[in-house]
Order: sequence, then structure tokens, then C-alpha cells
Amino acid sequence: MNADIKTREYTTVSEVSGPLMVVEGVEGVAYNEIVEIEAPTGEHRRGQVLEVKDDVAVVQVFEGTTDLNTLNTKVRFTGETAKIGVSRDMMGRIFDGTGKPIDGGPEIIPDKELDINGNPMNPASREFPAEFIQTGISTIDGMNTLVRGQKLPIFSGSGLPHNDLAAQIARQAKVVGSDDEFAVIFAAMGITHEEANFFMRDFERTGALEKVTVFMNLADDPAIERILTPKMALTTAEYMAFELGMHVLVILTDLSNYCEALREISAARDEVPGRRGYPGYMYTDLAGIYERAGRIAGKEGSITQMPILVMPQDDITHPIPDLTGYITEGQIVLSRDIHRKGIYPPVDVLPSLSRLMSGGIGDEKTRDDHSGVSDQLYSAYAEGRNLRDLVAVVGEDALTERDQSFLAFAQAFEDEFITQAKDEDRSIVETLDLGWKLLTILPKTELKRVKDEFIAKYYPE
Amino acid sequence: MINEGNIIKIAGPVIVADGMRGTQMYEVVRVGEAKLIGEIIELEGDTATIQVYEETAGVKPGEKVESTGGPLSVELGPGVMGSIFDGIQRPLEVIKGISGDYIARGIDVDSIDKEKKWTFEPIAKVGDKVVGGDVLGQVQETSAVLQKIMVPPMIEGTIKSIAAKAEYTVLETIAEVETDDVIKEIQMLQKWPVRKGRPYKEKLDPDIPLITGQRAQDTFFCLAKGGAAAIPGPFGSGKTVTQQQLAKWADADIVVYIGCGERGNEMTEVLTEFPFLTDPKTGNPIMDRTVLIANTSNMPVAAREACVYTGITIAEYFRDQGYDVALMADSTSRWAEAMREISGRLEEMPGEEGYPAYLASRLAQFYERAGRVITLGQDPKESSVTVVGAVSPPGGDLSEPVTQNTLRICKVFWALDASLADKRHFPSINWLQSYSLYVESITNWWQENASDEWRANRDQAMVLLQKESELEEIVQLVGPDALPDSEQVVLETTRMLREDFLQQNAYDDVDTYCSPIKQAAMLATILKFHEAASAAVERGADVKEIAALTVKEDIARMKYIPEDEFEARVKEIQEKVVTQCAEV
Repeated sequence: MNADIKTREYTTVSEVSGPLMVVEGVEGVAYNEIVEIEAPTGEHRRGQVLEVKDDVAVVQVFEGTTDLNTLNTKVRFTGETAKIGVSRDMMGRIFDGTGKPIDGGPEIIPDKELDINGNPMNPASREFPAEFIQTGISTIDGMNTLVRGQKLPIFSGSGLPHNDLAAQIARQAKVVGSDDEFAVIFAAMGITHEEANFFMRDFERTGALEKVTVFMNLADDPAIERILTPKMALTTAEYMAFELGMHVLVILTDLSNYCEALREISAARDEVPGRRGYPGYMYTDLAGIYERAGRIAGKEGSITQMPILVMPQDDITHPIPDLTGYITEGQIVLSRDIHRKGIYPPVDVLPSLSRLMSGGIGDEKTRDDHSGVSDQLYSAYAEGRNLRDLVAVVGEDALTERDQSFLAFAQAFEDEFITQAKDEDRSIVETLDLGWKLLTILPKTELKRVKDEFIAKYYPE
Repeated sequence: MINEGNIIKIAGPVIVADGMRGTQMYEVVRVGEAKLIGEIIELEGDTATIQVYEETAGVKPGEKVESTGGPLSVELGPGVMGSIFDGIQRPLEVIKGISGDYIARGIDVDSIDKEKKWTFEPIAKVGDKVVGGDVLGQVQETSAVLQKIMVPPMIEGTIKSIAAKAEYTVLETIAEVETDDVIKEIQMLQKWPVRKGRPYKEKLDPDIPLITGQRAQDTFFCLAKGGAAAIPGPFGSGKTVTQQQLAKWADADIVVYIGCGERGNEMTEVLTEFPFLTDPKTGNPIMDRTVLIANTSNMPVAAREACVYTGITIAEYFRDQGYDVALMADSTSRWAEAMREISGRLEEMPGEEGYPAYLASRLAQFYERAGRVITLGQDPKESSVTVVGAVSPPGGDLSEPVTQNTLRICKVFWALDASLADKRHFPSINWLQSYSLYVESITNWWQENASDEWRANRDQAMVLLQKESELEEIVQLVGPDALPDSEQVVLETTRMLREDFLQQNAYDDVDTYCSPIKQAAMLATILKFHEAASAAVERGADVKEIAALTVKEDIARMKYIPEDEFEARVKEIQEKVVTQCAEV
């Protein structure tokens, strides 16, 4: 086989452009194969085959194409697709975006080598996620319930406290009535040192670091490397969840940077662009990340995903949040208006949604009145918010008594229900009782979304 | 003739091979050493462009491409019902048995079980003259479905022999038909190429409603059997729940549900929930009449392109047996995107927003396979395929090409509205934007089967809702008190229409399905309130007192009254409406 490897080393680079490199005269190169590149400076880099036609291969270079030339850059085709060596010892360790340890610790001795692209999970093997995760945050637990195996992104804007929220969730998340802890996998794509430090400090402060695995691609690391980072993290997550039986919470931040990297490669390849220059296959590509969350029937573990993405200009119709929302099972939307009022966490419950909520709540899971209370809070808050616009025109006095009660409710909802401290861990019972307390502001006859039996049982007198 | 070519180029799901002269467009090929399944989508001289239905990582130039001699086809016969297939009709349960919880590549499995024996009961007799579409016999496939075993289209002749009632596999010959020149052996298994519609005798006008048990759809924007409806909506507007409600409750004999590029967990929900739901009409498990096709968003994109054709071909097969079939495709936007992705890899000249120029014609071809028809055969049956296609417009922008091209074809438009969903108004069908062009043709059915006043009530309710949207503008400016009393009554009524009629709780055991009779009575009750309240106000009654009537709460809770108690209770409520309004 040695001869084979030898013949698979080439110096026939014919073109370098952006993140891409074209190698000619190659033989037996496989699509998506990993290549090792030796720059004229002697530095080693890695890349991946994006296209092969006859004896020409297009290679994307992960660590950037600086210093590469068409004269004596060496390219070796490894014959393998991208893989990561996984092991239980990865917990508590920090890796770079391509899976190399950067915490000064020893190399990982892999238990298994896994293809980072994975294979699609068979829908017939999945188990429907239905175990309530208590995050201790009322707007999530009460109104957008997260369950094990769900993918629920946080849609944020620049300058909003999404990192605080994500850290709080990573810290507080638990399954009520079970001692299982979450293993956290944290994958950073193109975030700043400061943001990365925030998370690391928070994990350290709370003693969570030993159950966290970190993959770190920072803003000054090569953008193309980001293409690998979430796949590395999720392959590790799949191993931990379905082979080691752990419950894994994967936090991916920031998906917008990942999509920018996709666009960069697409542009360098002269592909026909879809909306706003993003490639037409971005939906499929993002699905390849998000759909790796889930549960498998008959297996112990689970993968719950919480991707964070910063919406450019807070625009939820931008292709990145838009395509994400079509794949994920809901979204938690942070609002600048609410943030400006000094409310933390600034979750806007109206556009937020958890699609798997109905399976994870109710009797024996949370409480029998959960669905009704949640619906009632939603619609009452929505109505209150609408009335605010009306008040701006006609003044509060012109409103009927009924309408004024909705207005008062909306205010109280923001002040008491949405608002909570950064270390406040509310149980689901506290959240629901708080909801009932606020509903007493409304006339009892307006509680149409709650069944009579629950009004009789829970309405505070 | 079996051809063999060599791969010369690989780019994602598209590969190019040479040495392919003699192969046909849309022929299925096996690609490379892994024998991945692919389909020829372009031929030029010696080279063929192939879309591959599986992940192509690791495939090299120089590897072989083998043709299989036939186009992409589905296998039809007993064993289809109750299954869950991927986009190219491979049963996911069988794949699971081979490759575990993840789908490996190059798996070659039978679409339907070739070993299993079914009890075939002959109907035709030796000596009968038969043509394509005639029923030879039947197989009770599931509790809900009696499969008719038909003479395949294009065959005509005399039955020379027919099997006796006994158990057979789908591959055993159950009849021999002597045609002009040869004797054809007929098995229960039929193959049909997915991109070609199955033939029928004649298309009929749709004039029977497809009752879905959903008030907003049935009463206001009804779909007819054999029609096509589009559900466009931004994410979070309840598109999937709306589709699933239709799959559960629509009064079709057979439901084909295509999860095209959607979420894996949603398919699991369907898989875990449907076996426990019973059909309100027959009491059989809903799964027994359902075929699921799951090509989730992370499964290969080319198979996503094929899955809608796989689904509609299966639907047509049951239509030919005389059944009313409802097909749900969630979502056709993902299908269109798969076309776009493949078109991009082919480096075709893009049309609007990067979609291929043939987007409109492909969509039209697909939706046109819906319809109410007279089937082939000497004893023709009336049956239908109804198509409901979800559309996922990017950013909720309905002016995008997939939505617009779909609207040009579909006669029913259920516009889902994110702002309604935000208010937890579900189903979030916007009553001002949505429409149905079938209202005229199905009025007769409703008047005969539910209520004589159905059409008048429906139209009046629509007028009131339209009026409300005009009044809302005034209220925004001057507040509700400035309106004359009669108009305040309109607002009271329309609030009832919105909250107590249009809103329907899919998660409530009673409210999830509402029969046509109950729908008509609920609407009549609300309009009776309008009539009585308007009369009271005209007499000089105070509108505030009307707003405080306790009967309003009875009306609000009407939707939760079970069907068997409904008739008696609704009478009481209607009487209460009259007496309470009279006392004001």
C-alpha cells in the first residue's frame, strides 16, 4: 500500500483562489476525501475534495490558502472522508474547530473513528421526544417547553444577552424527578475571544467544566474551518448519547458565522446563488446539522440541540433564521424592545414556539393545567400588546373595563413572568402558579382557554 | 440491454458518466462500487448525467455505472398499506433491520414483502373477457383496506385460468389472460414508473366535499374530492399540525402522507400517534389506511425530488381500485428546492430566485395528477385523488415563485398567517386571504347533508368578518365606544366567529374533529345570536348588557360538547340566546 500512498502525493496545484485549490493530474480521488497539504513553508494543513472531474480535483483548504503556491505545494490524498476519533475522555476537554486538543492536555486515545458527516437517522428508529426538561426559565418552561431530543434555537440580535441565557440554560437544565445530568457539548463557530471566555468562566465558576466538551473556532481562526466544527461536535454527541447512553445538550454558537463560511465557499466555486448569495443547498446543509438531534427507540441517551444565531438586523425573514426555523422544532426569539425595557431574559413569547411542547407537558410530566394556562397566557398577552397600540391613539380612558384589564395583565406579565434573575431557577410548579396569579387580573369569564375543571382546581381565591 | 459506463465527474448528488450510449432518460442506474441508486437526468452523446439518491462521499472517477434497464418505478400490491417508505419506496423498517438506527448507503431492499402470503379471493371467472382495470380478485390487506387486484392497464383478453381462494405471495401468478397474441401471467404485484400518471377513463368535476372535520376548512374554504389545495405559511404558523389534522380526519378511504424534506421527529410523531387513532367513520386504526413516505431534510436531496412522485403513484393505484385517496405533501417547497439544488449542480440557466425554468411546469404536472375520475375497466368506478400541498415560503413572503406557481394551479388556498398563530389562533387560516373555488359546486351536498341554510349562513358569516376588518380600522382610530350600537353587535358576533368557531383545538379530544352537522349548527347558533342581539339593540337595548349575557359563555363552550350530546344541548343554547336577548 505504500506505493499507493506515494503515487497519491501531488505537486500539481494549478490554481489557488479564495479558500479553494485546484489540483490536476490526480488519479483515483474520491468525492469528499480528506487531503493533507504541505505548504512551501513546511506547514501542514488539511482540506477536503469538493468536486472531481476526470483528473482534476477541487479542494477546499480548512486552514486558509495563505502561502500556498502553484509551484511546490504538496498535496496528499488520504483516501478517507473526514473522521474524528471519539472517546469518553473527551469530556472536560477543549478542542479547536477541527478536533485537535488545545488545552495543553494529552492527545485523545480514540475508542472509535467516526465519519463526521454521519448517516441520516432512520425516521423509523426515532423515538418521539416527550421528556420535559426544566430550564428554570418561565418563558421557556411555561410557554415554550423544551424536551429531550429537541432542537430549539435561540434567535437573537447583536447586543442581546443570548450568551447569558444559553449559559443559564446549560447550568440549570435538568429532568424533573431524575438524577441524570446533562453532558454539555459546546461548539463555538467564529465567536470572539471575549464571548468564548465568558462561557469558559461560567462553566468553571459553576463547576460544570468537567461535564463540558468544547470545540472552539474563534473569530480569527480560518472561516472555512467552521464548516467542520458543528459536525465534529455532533459526531461526538452521537457517540456519547447513543453509545455511552448520556443525555447530551449541544450548544452551537453562532450559526450565522457557519452560514457565512458556506457562502464564501459557494461564491469561490462560482455556484448559482440562492437568496442573498447563500447557496441553494443551505437548507440541506443546515438540516444535516439540526436533524442530528433526537432520541433513538430502545437507547438510553439523547441529543438536545440549542443553536444560537444572531439575526442580521434582527430580521427573522433573513435566510439563516428562516431556513433554521423550517428545520428546528420551534424557536426562542429575543426582542430588542423588551431588552430596552431592562427585562431579562428578553424573550418575546409571541413569535417564540416549541413544536414538541404538547408531548412533554401535562399530567405526570408537568401539571395537568399546563397546556390551558400556557394558551391563556399567550392569548391574553397578545391581546394586551395589541391594545397598547390602541391606547397610544385614543388614551387609556377610552378603553372598556375588559380591555383595561388586558392592558394591566400584559404589564404584569412582563414585570413578573418574563423577568427573572440570571441565577433564578424557577420550578415548573412555581411558573404555573405565577401564571395563575397573573390571570386573576382578567375577568374570570375571559379565561376561555382553560377548562372549567382546572379553573375550579387552580384559580387562586 | 445492460450498459456499463465509467464515472468521470462527481459534484454532490450529481455525477457524470461516459460510455452510457444506449441508456434512456430517467433510467435507474447503480453507481460505483457502493452500488448507489441513481437516475439518469440528462443524456448528451456518450455521457449521462445522473442524480444519485444516496450520499456520494467516497465515490471516485473511473468507478462503474450499471444501467438497470428500467425507469424509477414503484411496486404496487398488497403490503403497501401501513408502511413507511423513504423517497424511493424502500421500507424504513426493513432498512433498520439491515443497517441499524442510521441509514447506510447502497442498501438494496424489496419495496414490498415478497415472502409474505396474502389470502387472495377470486372474483372474475375463467372465460371472462377483461380489460385493464378490471378486478380479478381481492385481498383483505388491513382491517380498513380491501385491495382489489386489477388487470394491469394495457392488457386485454380472456381469462384462461384464475387461482382459487388460498394464500399466495405477490409474485405468484394468480391469473392468466389470453390476449390476441400471447398468454399473460398476472401477479398481485404491479410495477409502475413514478413519473408517468396511471391512466383513467375520464376526469369528472369535483362536486363532493372532502370533509375534514375542521371548521375553518369545511365551512368556509372547502376542498372537494379530487381537488388540489395549497397551504402556504411561514414557519411556526401551524402548517404541519394542519396537514396532520387533515391526514387524521379527512373522510378519504386512503391517506398518503409525504414528509418531503421535513423534520424527522415529526414523522416519528405520525408513526407513534396514528396506530392509536381511530377513524371516526369506521372505527379502524387510522394507520391501517395510511401510507407514509418519509424523506426527512437530512436524507439525500435527490430522493427528495423523487418522493412526491412515489407518493402520487401509490395514491393513483388506490384510486384505480375505486377509493377516494387524500395525499398530503409536506412540503412542496422542499421538493422545489431539491429541483433547484440539482439544477444548480447541472449548471442550468436559473430562472426566478435560482429555481429552474421548468419549476412551473413540474408543479403543474404534479397537481394535475389530482382529480376525480372514472376508472378504467368495464365496470368503472368513481374515485379520486385529492392533493393538499404545503408550501413553505421563505420569510413568509407569498410572492416567491413556488407559492405563486402553486396558486396558479390550486383552486383552494388556505393562507396561514403568522400573526394569527402568535395570538394562538389555530388553525391560523386567514379568513380574509383564503379562498375556495369549490364553494359553488359543493353547496348542494351541504344543503342535503347538513343544513338547508348552510350556504346563506356561510355567506353571511363571511360578510360579517369582512365588515369586522373594516370596523377594526375605525376602532383603531376612535375606540370601540364611538361605533353605533349595531356595529358593536357586529364586533361581538365576529369575535364569536373567530374565537368560538374558527379556532379549533387540535389537541382537545372532542374539538379535534367536528362533524358537518355540528359545524352547521354551531354557525347557525352564532348567527342566531347576531340576529337576536341586533333586534334587541334596534329596540333600544344597551349593547353593554348584551355583551355581558351569560349565554355567550355557553356559545364559547359549544365546541367542547361531544357529538352525541350536541343536538340536544345546542337547542337549549339557541333557546337561551332568544330568551336572554329578549329580556335585555
